[in-house]
Amino acid sequence: MQNIRQRYKYSFILLKQLVKSDFKLRYQGSFLGYMWSLLRPLAIFAILYVVFTKFLKIGEGVPHYPIYLLLGIVIWNFFVEVTMGCVSVIVAKGDLIRKINFPKYVIILATSISALINLFLNLTIVFIFMYLNKVDVRMVALIFPLLVLELYVFSLALAFFLSAAFVRFRDISYIWEVFVQGAFYATPILYPLSLIPITAAKIIMLNPLAQIIQDSRYALVTEKTQTIATVYNNSSARIVPVSIVLISLCIASIYFRKRSKYFAEEV
Amino acid sequence: MDDVAIKVNNISKNFHYTSGRAGTIKSAFTNVFKSKESKNKDIQHALKDISFEIKKGEFYGIVGRNGSGKSTLLKMIAGIYQPNSGTIEVKGKLVPFIELGVGFNPELTGRENVYLNGALLGFTRKEVEAQYQEIVEFAELEKFMDQQLKNYSSGMQVRLAFAMAVRAKADILLIDEVLAVGDADFQRKCFEYFKQLKQKKITVVFISHDMNAVSEYCDRAMLVDKNEVIDIGNTNAITQKYLRLFMDNNFKQDGAKTNQDRWGDQSITIKNVTAKSREGKIKIVVNVGATQDFDHPNIGFRLRDEEGKEVTGTNTRLEGVVISRLKKGESTKVTWTFPAVLRDGKYSVDIALQYPDEITVADWWNSAATFVLKKSRRLPYILDPDFTTVVD
Repeated sequence: MQNIRQRYKYSFILLKQLVKSDFKLRYQGSFLGYMWSLLRPLAIFAILYVVFTKFLKIGEGVPHYPIYLLLGIVIWNFFVEVTMGCVSVIVAKGDLIRKINFPKYVIILATSISALINLFLNLTIVFIFMYLNKVDVRMVALIFPLLVLELYVFSLALAFFLSAAFVRFRDISYIWEVFVQGAFYATPILYPLSLIPITAAKIIMLNPLAQIIQDSRYALVTEKTQTIATVYNNSSARIVPVSIVLISLCIASIYFRKRSKYFAEEV
Repeated sequence: MDDVAIKVNNISKNFHYTSGRAGTIKSAFTNVFKSKESKNKDIQHALKDISFEIKKGEFYGIVGRNGSGKSTLLKMIAGIYQPNSGTIEVKGKLVPFIELGVGFNPELTGRENVYLNGALLGFTRKEVEAQYQEIVEFAELEKFMDQQLKNYSSGMQVRLAFAMAVRAKADILLIDEVLAVGDADFQRKCFEYFKQLKQKKITVVFISHDMNAVSEYCDRAMLVDKNEVIDIGNTNAITQKYLRLFMDNNFKQDGAKTNQDRWGDQSITIKNVTAKSREGKIKIVVNVGATQDFDHPNIGFRLRDEEGKEVTGTNTRLEGVVISRLKKGESTKVTWTFPAVLRDGKYSVDIALQYPDEITVADWWNSAATFVLKKSRRLPYILDPDFTTVVD
């Protein structure tokens, strides 16, 4: 028992330091430093606002469409940041892994937590715009933290799987890059779900990310968002994407655990 | 079992070769179709069936040539590598790394690296803060802590790494070749630290090529060669055996008389060399013959120990002996005698015949002869003069 506590104490100490140094390193040498974490979503919002309210008018029926868009992009960016950041991180930290025995999952957690910090900064910007745009805050907004949790777990599961597989198969990073590009369009981020045929929407919404993005928009921005419940006309349809998330976490952690013993000799 | 700190039972370790393109999905597919036999060719044995025990409080040396598997063994004890078969039992808290300065990031400042490295050692932020001043003073880097590590000299980095490493609180320490780096001052600090470890009865597993350090600090040692344990025993016996591995190699080369071991224009040549140690004296005799007329040759010798370190030597010029002229076909004999103040061990003699300019070589022969100096004990130092010890 003492041993287990000791072990997790070590992981925790290490995790904290890794996140700290990660954060320090990220903006080193840049003039505005940490400010970029806030400036980036602001700039994205400005672009979206101009493009989608002045030129492309695909979101005309949706109230607060720029915020609706921004929220989707913020969530999507988090997913990309975690998975793309983690794919090669085990190999990148090879020097450390070859010379010291420590729980390897700490590396993945550290990278994901750095992304999580970014997500919270980005969400702050979203909330500010929601306030400025006088978006109604409804009770249903309270489920949003649960959605963030689901998003985090799903991203983490993929990160564990991809990073462990990358140690053996270096093609994974390229495959994943292409896959992410495709998935961006297969997820209702830029377009409202109402634009596509219902059968396609039914398939698309089984993707946990699509479900998370649409549910978040529903909870925070507008009731007019189509969610998995409205597409299937049945709110228990959510079980599918949620199960996908849980099953991926199980498979990924078992795989990562099994492979992590051999990271030191394979990186 | 209570007094055992590390118990290694029949461990073996293989590495699978990964050639340039092995880590791709394509090769994963093609490998499926390879026969089992051809797959076996890609396996490299790193360690074969190794067993030993290290007792609590023991300073245990592991010696062996490069590539013999020492570091792999240490990494397996540290838990970095997993053995393919066999088990390793470790009792007590183990420092999880084997090298200095693990995790140092050149982009971070010295201060930030102290906290990062501290975390790897298992220290919380508060614990590092409490020791911070001591660490900085020990490393003698007071003025540099807010500079990025990449601006440090390698000596400064090592000092900082070492200052951190000595903070580690553990029952078992694994040390891989620390002494290879750093200046004399730093090495002294290392040795002082080792002495402290011995006093505190901390178990230390120590890999080194420095036989003097092994002899001086280790209680027992193990010789690893070609992925197997050759012998385990008292330090002197093991270091001797280790050094013999090299001597044996040198002898093989003697027979071949490769260019690396003998060169020169052969205008005068070394005919034969004898070296003996008898009755407290060492006697070296060289017979030199001239193939053409030669004025004022300078004839010299040099002694090297088992590690190839130059121990002593001289030449006729330095000794003030003038050899005026050797006519074609003539020969001469030079004899050196000196007290056997060297320590017990095997020595080889290099002989050089040079032109008076002391640069051009007529005949140079490395390991032209060898001799063994027998003493009642082997000191960890180069010199072993005849001590008189009086206790009143």
